[in-house]
Amino acid sequence: MIETILQPLATGLLQAFEPLNLAMILLGCLAGLFVGALPGLGSVNGVAILLPVTFLVPPTSAIIFLCALYYGAMYGGAISSITLGIPGASTAVATVFDGRPMAQSGKADQALMAAAIASFIGGTISVILFTLFAPPLAAFALAFGPPEEFALMVLAFATFIGLGGDDIPKTIFSIMVGLALATIGLDIISGQPRLIFFDLPGFLAGINFLVLAIGIYGIGEMIWTLEHTQGKVTLHKVKTSWAGFKENLTKIKDYLMTTTFGSVLGFFVGTLPAAGATPASLMSYGLAKTFSKDPDSFGKGNISGVAAPEAGNNAASTGSMLPMITLGIPGSPTTAILLGGMIIWGLRPGPLLFSEHPDFVWGLIGSMYIANFVTVVLNLAMIPIFVRVLAMPFTLLAPIIFALCVVGGFAPTLKMHDVWLMFIFGLAGYLLRKLNYPVAPAVLAIVLGPLAERSLRQSLIASQGDPLMFLERPIALTCFFFAAALIAYPIVRKLLQKRKPVEEG
Amino acid sequence: MKRLLRNMMVGAAALTIGAAGAVTAAQAEWAPKKPVEFIIMAGKGGGADQMARLMQGIIQKNDLSPRPFIPINKPGGSGAEALQYMKSKAGDDHTVMVTLNSFYTTPIIQDGLDIDITTFTPIGRMALDTFLLWVHSDSGIGSLEDYVAKVKAAGRDWKVGGTGSGQEDSILTAMMEAEFGYEVTYIPFPGGGTVAKNLVGKHIDSTVNNPSEQSEFFRAGNTVPLVQFNDERAEAFKDIPTAKELGHDIVYYMQRSVNGPPGMSDEAAAWYRNLFETLFKSEEWQTFCTDDGIDCKDWVAGDDLAAFHQAQLKRHRELIESVGADAITGE
Amino acid sequence: MTVRTAELVIAIGLLIGSIAVAIKAAELNIGWVPGRGPGAGAWPFWLAVGMALSCVWTLVRWMRHVTPESRSQEPFIDSETVPVVAITVGALFGLLVGIHIIGMYFSLALFMLFYVRFVGRHSWTTTIPVVIGTPVFIFCLFEWALTTSLPKGLAMFEPLYYPLYELIY
Repeated sequence: MIETILQPLATGLLQAFEPLNLAMILLGCLAGLFVGALPGLGSVNGVAILLPVTFLVPPTSAIIFLCALYYGAMYGGAISSITLGIPGASTAVATVFDGRPMAQSGKADQALMAAAIASFIGGTISVILFTLFAPPLAAFALAFGPPEEFALMVLAFATFIGLGGDDIPKTIFSIMVGLALATIGLDIISGQPRLIFFDLPGFLAGINFLVLAIGIYGIGEMIWTLEHTQGKVTLHKVKTSWAGFKENLTKIKDYLMTTTFGSVLGFFVGTLPAAGATPASLMSYGLAKTFSKDPDSFGKGNISGVAAPEAGNNAASTGSMLPMITLGIPGSPTTAILLGGMIIWGLRPGPLLFSEHPDFVWGLIGSMYIANFVTVVLNLAMIPIFVRVLAMPFTLLAPIIFALCVVGGFAPTLKMHDVWLMFIFGLAGYLLRKLNYPVAPAVLAIVLGPLAERSLRQSLIASQGDPLMFLERPIALTCFFFAAALIAYPIVRKLLQKRKPVEEG
Repeated sequence: MKRLLRNMMVGAAALTIGAAGAVTAAQAEWAPKKPVEFIIMAGKGGGADQMARLMQGIIQKNDLSPRPFIPINKPGGSGAEALQYMKSKAGDDHTVMVTLNSFYTTPIIQDGLDIDITTFTPIGRMALDTFLLWVHSDSGIGSLEDYVAKVKAAGRDWKVGGTGSGQEDSILTAMMEAEFGYEVTYIPFPGGGTVAKNLVGKHIDSTVNNPSEQSEFFRAGNTVPLVQFNDERAEAFKDIPTAKELGHDIVYYMQRSVNGPPGMSDEAAAWYRNLFETLFKSEEWQTFCTDDGIDCKDWVAGDDLAAFHQAQLKRHRELIESVGADAITGE
Repeated sequence: MTVRTAELVIAIGLLIGSIAVAIKAAELNIGWVPGRGPGAGAWPFWLAVGMALSCVWTLVRWMRHVTPESRSQEPFIDSETVPVVAITVGALFGLLVGIHIIGMYFSLALFMLFYVRFVGRHSWTTTIPVVIGTPVFIFCLFEWALTTSLPKGLAMFEPLYYPLYELIY
């Protein structure tokens, strides 16, 4: 078995080292970092927009370029999450939770480094798993039908129990608002439009996750900060030096465990079609918090809270290549576009791709190893530039962030409707935050809600309305079991630690 | 930076493909002054999206247009969003839309939308996509007869996957139910690729997919087509009978055409017709069609396309009336 | 307005909003479709009901003075910070309205001018590069590198960009 893998892998690596391909990796990583770092522009936009450009080079180089861009954007998403506090893409939401507090307390360089290194570890572990286990995992992905998808979503929700605030009714409200917002638009099950408020055509396409995230974290957060600082304070300046870099490097051991765990988890979640990198990063964060020795420090600037989701999302982005290449099914919106690209180049992703186009597949796998390496080097080298953003006077930084928010709110859908919505969400988020309504659950719910509802209803249609069908699905049952265990775990731990009944919140 | 990249790639292209595309006569008269909005009435990554991005790529590669075509996805409400947008763009010369059959069905099913697609400016028909009936190869079903017998025996336990209530394949499924007198359970999924995967994973029993979504699983021996719903057998599926040959009058295909908003100027319409004709006849496009089992033989443009739309609209109205809009939306 | 009053006002507002969503969702089938599971409106409807109930819960807690917000008599927004917040929100609103009229680029330039010079009180040597640099950077990034069109405002402003298109495409 080793020989059947090592030899083509060596060929693939050699192929990735060809000058044109190497140049493509470098350009792709740079373009991706840049696109990912800008709020509103993510890997989907980058890959979609640059797809036609790649008709001009050979297919292998083209997909190497686009995949490098995809990785670069995954790393880049963390940059805006940490320095600006705005998740550039849904995959980087969880990075904000601890990355932002770290930046505010002057530890942006540490956070950025943790993100880069965790991404590198995540990407590398993932590509190794990919190399070793691609075919059997493809078979596992096929076993995932709607009931399993629903169970996975329940598990995802269970992992971030406790991400909410201390006010229970307000946390419930926040989750439900997120879920309700996610139902706006066309319901694919019945083919009917839902909740089209005031008959505005803009609602027909639903509410893009980024509109809510940029509104709440960009506009809302900026107004909140302005109020608290009265626009006078400059954020903490960060000095970057070689000594500091080496010191930060020693901190790796603090988050190595979480990162490794998040990487493996992220890879497996990523390989399941329809799940993708966002649930992977959220689950990785949620589990890091649940099993941490000090769960209360999460959300206040725990370095593991930056490393875990970044490891998870990078691992998942590699993982989501697996169903695309072996089954021709995209595991994420970005791979959907990559898939389109492959079809256009005359490559048919599917069960036969490995045997019919080994050059292409192994060249791609080889480039994944190199792209990870290139991106981490680029990223570490650029940390001093990124942290300088934080040294800007706030009255200069704030309008620039507002400008990026407005452009970023427009870019995903190209509709002014969404820019206005983002503005409204920003104001609402600001007011609600002042009253201790947690906003993170709403953002998480809008991402996972549609998947959860759809897979539940598909399952029920398949079983003709019989909810007991879940009990006959072993994979789904396992997920439910873990979900129940996760929900019970914090309560049990509290009970054991305190040896007295938990007070009612 | 990216400009550099593009220049590099253009350079590489110039070496490989030689001189850029020819400047046509119409181009001298009218040409877009700003980037052209290329509206796609479906989401990113689907079949329509792939085709639109391929068109954009060919336009860019062969330098067919002085200004870029910018694909914009407006998938809302089964294309209702895109149709309303096109209507609001009446008289605009810098917007064109690539359509699916929801171009016809959405205005019929969603009453109150107030869209008359015959007012749109027809430009050209780029392809006719075919539909086939697929089952898992382990099912042991070898013919349409077997299939009908099995479905009748299973009744509601038979699960058919599709891309959504009101979509093309749900209409075709409803047509089959009416023709063969059985009722199945129809499960909507987001996109044909997901449907294909669920068939291979045996979460559903059958589906009517476009060949592009199934052909790899077919080649790998996971799924088999039983019947095709064209007038004549498609090049890529010579051995598969059409429903017509088997005595069932079910003919249905998906048109992919490019249309402008109502009231586009004649000069602009002529320019776009010319551009898309060049594109249609390009080697890249024809290769893509052959590989995907799509019919790209006849170029239909302008008034001919308008007549085609009229006929299709009438046909869809009859189809939806005969099976009932409820049978398609499911509720 | 005190925090306590704000808590009440917002909770009532959210309650009304939740009920409105429930009514809107009830236009669709909110029941159980035999053999198919919940109807199209069921999920949003019960979510809206849940939202409304959680608001009622918040109101009950408000009456019983349980939460810190329901006890606080501090002002909801400090009178000193009202101007900063109001100016920012107003400027953003102006920016968005401006996009519809004079387009993204000019509107952004005006917004930057207002915010950097008149709110931030930076020198002209800082202001001018930012005012010109932001739209130019965004133009280069979107229209040039990413070939994505941003709003140009009313139709009469579009021809202004034709020479630029000539230059970049």
